[in-house]
Amino acid sequence: MIALLLAAAWAADRVPVGPGVYEPLYPPSPEEARIPVPRFLLAVEPVTNEEYAAFVEENPAWGRGVARLYADEGYLDDWAAPDAPGASVLPDAPVTRVSWYAARAYCRSVGGRLPTEGEWEIAGAASETSWDARKDPHFLARLLAWYGSPTPRVLPAVGGMANRWGVRDLHGLVWEWVEDFNASLVDVDPRGADGEARFCGGGVVGATAVADYAAFMRLALRASLQADSTVRNLGFRCALDGP
Amino acid sequence: MSSLGLIPLLALLGCAPTPAPTPTPTKPVGPLTATEAAKLEPVGDPVDLEITSAPHVPPPITRDTPAKLVINLEVKEVQKAISDGVDYVQWTFGGDVPGRFIRVRQGDSVEFHLNNHPDNKMPHNIDLHAVTGPGGGAASSFTAPGHSSQFSFKALNPGLYVYHCATAPVGMHIANGMYGLILVEPPGGLPKVDREYYVMQGDFYTVGKYREKGLQPFDMQKAIEENATYVLFNGSEGSLVGDKALTAKVGETVRLFVGNGGPNLVSSFHVIGEIFDRVYTEGGSNFQENVQTTLVPAGGSAIVEFKVDVPGTYILVDHSIFRTFNKGALGMLKVEGPDDKPVYSGKEIDDVYLADKAASTAPPVPAAGGVLSKDDQIKAGGLLFAGTCSTCHQADGKGIEGVFPPLAGSDFLLGDVERAIGVVVNGRSGPITVNGKDYNSVMPPMSNLNDDEVANILTYVTNSFGNSGGVVTAEQVKKVRASTPRPPGAAH
Repeated sequence: MIALLLAAAWAADRVPVGPGVYEPLYPPSPEEARIPVPRFLLAVEPVTNEEYAAFVEENPAWGRGVARLYADEGYLDDWAAPDAPGASVLPDAPVTRVSWYAARAYCRSVGGRLPTEGEWEIAGAASETSWDARKDPHFLARLLAWYGSPTPRVLPAVGGMANRWGVRDLHGLVWEWVEDFNASLVDVDPRGADGEARFCGGGVVGATAVADYAAFMRLALRASLQADSTVRNLGFRCALDGP
Repeated sequence: MSSLGLIPLLALLGCAPTPAPTPTPTKPVGPLTATEAAKLEPVGDPVDLEITSAPHVPPPITRDTPAKLVINLEVKEVQKAISDGVDYVQWTFGGDVPGRFIRVRQGDSVEFHLNNHPDNKMPHNIDLHAVTGPGGGAASSFTAPGHSSQFSFKALNPGLYVYHCATAPVGMHIANGMYGLILVEPPGGLPKVDREYYVMQGDFYTVGKYREKGLQPFDMQKAIEENATYVLFNGSEGSLVGDKALTAKVGETVRLFVGNGGPNLVSSFHVIGEIFDRVYTEGGSNFQENVQTTLVPAGGSAIVEFKVDVPGTYILVDHSIFRTFNKGALGMLKVEGPDDKPVYSGKEIDDVYLADKAASTAPPVPAAGGVLSKDDQIKAGGLLFAGTCSTCHQADGKGIEGVFPPLAGSDFLLGDVERAIGVVVNGRSGPITVNGKDYNSVMPPMSNLNDDEVANILTYVTNSFGNSGGVVTAEQVKKVRASTPRPPGAAH
C-alpha cells in the first residue's frame, strides 16, 4: 500500500525525455555507434534522504545492516541511525552511499527502474536552453568546474535549474547510478595497456567524441564501481519506460 | 638494464684516468640486473615505509638485504594557493603537489595501498614507472572515491622514476598535480652526499591569466593547446623561496632529485650560478659530468649533484626562461658559509627583470571597496611582500648590498612616498644611491598589483624593519598611477 502511495507521489515528479540517439564513447561495433533510445520517463530530481528513509522504513532489510553482498561497509554510513538519516544530512539532499543493488531495489519499490547509460546521457546532454549542449563550451566548462572540485562536507538539497527536458540536478550535485554502469567494458587502465583501443591515450583512440571530457569522466567514474560500491557523492534517480 | 656497474662502465668508456679499484667483494654493490633482482626474496617482517613531502627526501637506505615494504598513499583533492591570492583545486598523492617521495631498494617487494579519500569527486589510480607490469599498476589500483586498492610489485630496475595518475582524462589528472617520484636505489646506495632535496616541475592551466586573483578553474582548452598559465616547482609559486628556500653550507655536496610531471612541457632544468658536477641523465644509472642545463622530459626525471663553493642564493629555473620569470618556475638554494661577496645570482636576476618588464602589461584589477585600518594594511601588505618583494629585498628588508637596495632604514624609500609609489607601480632602472651605497639594478613594474595592494605593501614596508611611517592610501597610488603615461592597451 505504502509502495503504491510512493509510486503515486513519485509519478508527479517525472518528465518525458527523448526519443534520442545515444552515441557511446566506445561503440562495441560500428553498427552500435548510434543507438536509438525510445522516449522514457525520468525523475525530475535524484532520490533524497527523506524518500530513501521511507523506503527503508517499509523495507527494513535495506537499512544499514543490509547483507554485505549487496552493499559495502560504507552503505548509509553518513546517516545518524542505521535506518534514519537524522540531523547529519539534509532531508532534501540526494541520498548517497547507496549501492547499485540498493538503488535498483528502491526504483523497483516505486514501480520504476534505473535509467540506462544511454538514457542518462541523453537527459544529461541538455543544458537549460538546448537539447544537446555537448559542444557548448560554456556548458562543458561548468561541468568540468564541478568535476574538478571536491565534494562539500554537507551535500546541498536537490532543486537546481531544470534543463531543457525539465530534469534537475543531473550535473553539479552528485554522480548517479545507471542500470548498465559497467556495460562499456572500459579497460580500467584508460590507456589500453592490453592493446584494446578503448581508452587509449586518455580517451582518444577509438573514441567518438574526443572533446567531451565530461563524458569521459562519467565513464571513468562508472568504470571504477562495483555493484556493491557506495560513494559519498554517488546517488541515483529512477526511470520508467515511456508513454 | 645494463649489467655493468658504474665503475667498470666508466673504465670501459675511458673516462677514468686510471683503472678503477675493484670494490671489496664482501657484498654486492651497484645495480643488479632486473633478472637478478626478480629472484630476491624479502628478509624480515613487512615494514611501513616512511614517505615524505617535497622538498624532503627520506634518508638513504642502509639495509643490505631486500625488504617487504608497505606503502599507504592517500589521494586528496584539495584547494591550494598556487600563487599569491590565486587558488586552484589540486588533485594530490598525499595532500601536496608533487606527491610523496618514495624511496626503496632494488629487489624490495612493495605492497602498495592507494586510498581514495571519501570527499574526492573522482576515481583515481597510479602508474608507477618503476613498476614492471601492464599499466605500471594503473589497472590494479583504479579506485572509486571512498575506496582503497592494493597491489604488489617488486622493484626490478634501479633509477629515479615518475609516478602519476592514469585515469581518464589522463591529461587533466596530471595537469591537476597527480605526479611524484619513486627512487629505486641500487644495492649499496647512491654515493654519499651532504644534502638531498626533491624538486618536481609541473605545468598548470587556469581560466584566468597568470596571477589573476581568486579561485581559478582548470582550462581544458589551454591544456590541449599546451599553453601553460603557470609552470611551477613543487606545486606553487614561492614553494622554494624565502623561508622555504633550500639550504646548504659552503663546501657541501647537494643532490637534487628532479622530476617533471608535465603534463605537456619538457623542462630545461638549470641552477643559476652552479654547474652540475654530475647528472644522472633521465634518472638512469650512468652520469654525465659538468653539465649546465639538463633536459627533464615530461614523465621523466634527472638526478643532479653539485658541490657549493661560494655562499649566496642560487636560483633554480626552467631555462626555457619565460616560464621562470612569467609563469612561476623559480626556486632558491641559499648557501651559507664564510663571508664572501655573492655575485653570481645578482647578475642573473638582473636578466630576469628585463624579461618580466618586457612582458608585463597586465591591467590592474580594482579591489572591493572599504577602508582598512593601518594595522590591517600592514598585515595585508606583509603577505604580499613575502610573496613578491622579499625575493630581492629579502624578508628582513635589508636587501643585498650592492645588488638589491635595502628598505630597512632606507633614505630613498622614506624620503619621498610618492617616489616610492612610482617605483612600485612603474618600476625603476638605472643608478641610485641608497644610504650612501650605489646600486644599478632593474625593478620591474608591479603591474599585477592593484592600488589597494600597492598601498598595503608600502604601508607595510614603511612601518617594518625598524621603519616607522604613516599610511599610504589607495587614493595616493591611484593619483601616481594616473599621472604616469602607459603604453596603449596596457590600461583598460
